[in-house]
Amino acid sequence: MSHRVVSRTRGRVTGAVPFSAVDGTGNRYVIFLQGCGFDCLTCHNPATIPLQPRWMEQVTAAETIAPVVESARFLTGVTIGGGEPTVQSEFVEALLAGLAEQPATAHLTRFLDSNGDAPREVWRRLTPLLHGVMLDLKALDDERHLVLTGQSNRRVLEALDTLAAAERLEEVRLLLVPGLNDDDAQLTRTARYLTEHAPGVRIRVNAYRRHGTRACARFLLEVKDADRERYRAVLGDTGLTNLVVA
Amino acid sequence: MDTSELQALVRSCIADPTLTYRQRVQALALLAENVLDPPPVGAACRRAQAEGVVHDMGEGNAPYRPRYVLPDYAAALAAGSARLELDAPRTLEQALDFLLAMYAAVPSITGYPVYLGDLDRLLERFAADRSEADLDDALARFWRLVDRFFPDAFVHADLGPDDGRVVRALLRVDQGLRQIVPNLTLRVDPERTPDDLLRLAVATTCADGKPHYVNHPMMCADLGDRYGVVSCYNSLPLGGGAHSLVRLNLAAAVRTAGVPLSQWLDEVLPETVAVTAELLESRIRHLVERARFFEHDWLARERWIGLDRFTAMFGFHGLAEAVELLGGGRYGLDGDATVIGHSIVARLAELVGQTPVPYCEATGGHPLLHAQSGIDSDVGVTAGARIRVGCEPPLYQHIRAVAPNHRHVPAGISDVFRFEPTVAENPDAVVAVLRGAMAEGMRDVTFDVVGNGFVRITGFLVREADLPTVVAGESVRHSSTVLGARTIPNQHLADRVVKTVRSTVDESVVTR
Repeated sequence: MSHRVVSRTRGRVTGAVPFSAVDGTGNRYVIFLQGCGFDCLTCHNPATIPLQPRWMEQVTAAETIAPVVESARFLTGVTIGGGEPTVQSEFVEALLAGLAEQPATAHLTRFLDSNGDAPREVWRRLTPLLHGVMLDLKALDDERHLVLTGQSNRRVLEALDTLAAAERLEEVRLLLVPGLNDDDAQLTRTARYLTEHAPGVRIRVNAYRRHGTRACARFLLEVKDADRERYRAVLGDTGLTNLVVA
Repeated sequence: MDTSELQALVRSCIADPTLTYRQRVQALALLAENVLDPPPVGAACRRAQAEGVVHDMGEGNAPYRPRYVLPDYAAALAAGSARLELDAPRTLEQALDFLLAMYAAVPSITGYPVYLGDLDRLLERFAADRSEADLDDALARFWRLVDRFFPDAFVHADLGPDDGRVVRALLRVDQGLRQIVPNLTLRVDPERTPDDLLRLAVATTCADGKPHYVNHPMMCADLGDRYGVVSCYNSLPLGGGAHSLVRLNLAAAVRTAGVPLSQWLDEVLPETVAVTAELLESRIRHLVERARFFEHDWLARERWIGLDRFTAMFGFHGLAEAVELLGGGRYGLDGDATVIGHSIVARLAELVGQTPVPYCEATGGHPLLHAQSGIDSDVGVTAGARIRVGCEPPLYQHIRAVAPNHRHVPAGISDVFRFEPTVAENPDAVVAVLRGAMAEGMRDVTFDVVGNGFVRITGFLVREADLPTVVAGESVRHSSTVLGARTIPNQHLADRVVKTVRSTVDESVVTR
């Protein structure tokens, strides 16, 4: 991708964190992009869901990555999250290409924090520019997925296979919500599915927390320590070896 | 001081419930030493001391041992010692026993050795035929004895820069024992020190606050590769050390002068450096010529130290307040103020480098500049060249603000970065920051991790669990913990800004 494209392609950026130890391996610069195709009950950043908030101006990819150049010597990599970054896939492509082309940032690993809900064609374009994707799997059962996100998980499961085959699946994240997607049967099915489709990939269980969520999520229960124990036991027994329960 | 006054002090000391037996002996020795008048200095130097501009660091009125002694343990282990009646060790156990015996006979101001040697280099050859479990056992036993024999957190050991079995074993042991003694430094050579070793070291820092990290190539460029890091991050020639440390309070030097910046830099600072050096000189002459330490001490007689490997430390503190008082604004936060701070440190380094002080042959006949990180009684003056506690800017800005000072301060400078505990789950993040900070020119890098039960005071550590005992007026084993308990409120250490590692968009720098 030419320098012109990087300096011209514009996108909606919600914000950035110049120092993060919780968005993938090492010290990462995190860019949050605006807009998400899911409408998750559990979303803790609902302000990032609207695609085109009226107050938000577009910025170029070059402007967005300029601060990364400045702090590159302290960084392991860059993580692009959101929102859902793939809803602005051309902008993401420009960001990744810009980071790869600049000598100061070329050594940084490039991760995407994604819900996976993007067409194959998007993954075909992004995968060569990426080192890894941290993929959310909100529920393996499509009916549960609809309840939790408002959308089918068909494209998410496709993305999981595509990324696993391309060896770009850095991590799969399960956001477990008591009573909604954490019963033993679902956990067992999910563990079996992941053992088969993403062998050896790190699986991170994120426990649902109410902090930051909307009023419609108030009826959801938070995860307790006893739940975590059970997640560890059930998922571990089903053969997931690379498991982190946060 | 008249006799009855002295008697009253001795009386209160011998029955002081806050002091252990050894701490009382140490305090009594200082009382006796201070019966003598301090080594003579001129009127200007006396005035600077009275005004709080220059301080003798409470070393005592009659210097009779150097402040920091760095014996050449490698030479002693290779040759054996007649004084200790110990042959050169052949096994790991013999080597550890030899070192413990030698430590017990190393003089210092605190009464405990401030330097234990570059332990991995010293011990690696004895570890070759030992299993990992065996090595861990032997070193854990040694580590416990070091803490129990020398209960003072200024006692300091060095590791690195190369990977090896001993450095890894000692880091593992340190994580497991969670002691404040010995304090630890890992020398880091970006080319030689592997990430894997750095990850283990960072995990140890997250667990117990140690080690501190020193930029090895930068130290070698200034002092050669025979150097050690001792006490509170003081880098000094190995096989020698520092006769004395005195300190210049930049804030007080500005306040008492009351002149504008250019005049202060051109006229006041040179005079102040001269009187600080005068105090150093008088103390060093007393130590070398009057107490004749180097003629009598066994370490010198067996040549584990040599006068030609000694220097002196020229400390300074209160840079942040000095910049503010000079009308420069907030040092470390405002660009102009930070530049003024850098220019003060650069000028100070230039002046100190031109100031001859006797018996400092190891460093070209002048003392080494040191950003002194405070003592328990400091109030309203920031340690060394640090940014004011509670005002520290975000991480990269913090590093960039302080890094330019580091090249001017060969005898050590510490800026503390405090992290959230979640960083422990991702040590690679800290490794990346550490490498970046060194690439940015930092000589010393110190991390402080919230919630691990340890508080970094100036450079040494205290265990939070020991503090209630001090507050209750009872004695504690580590003499340094008493100092730490006083420093925490005086320096507002609880207010150190925590570098956030969470990434939620509501905490992000909004770019819209």
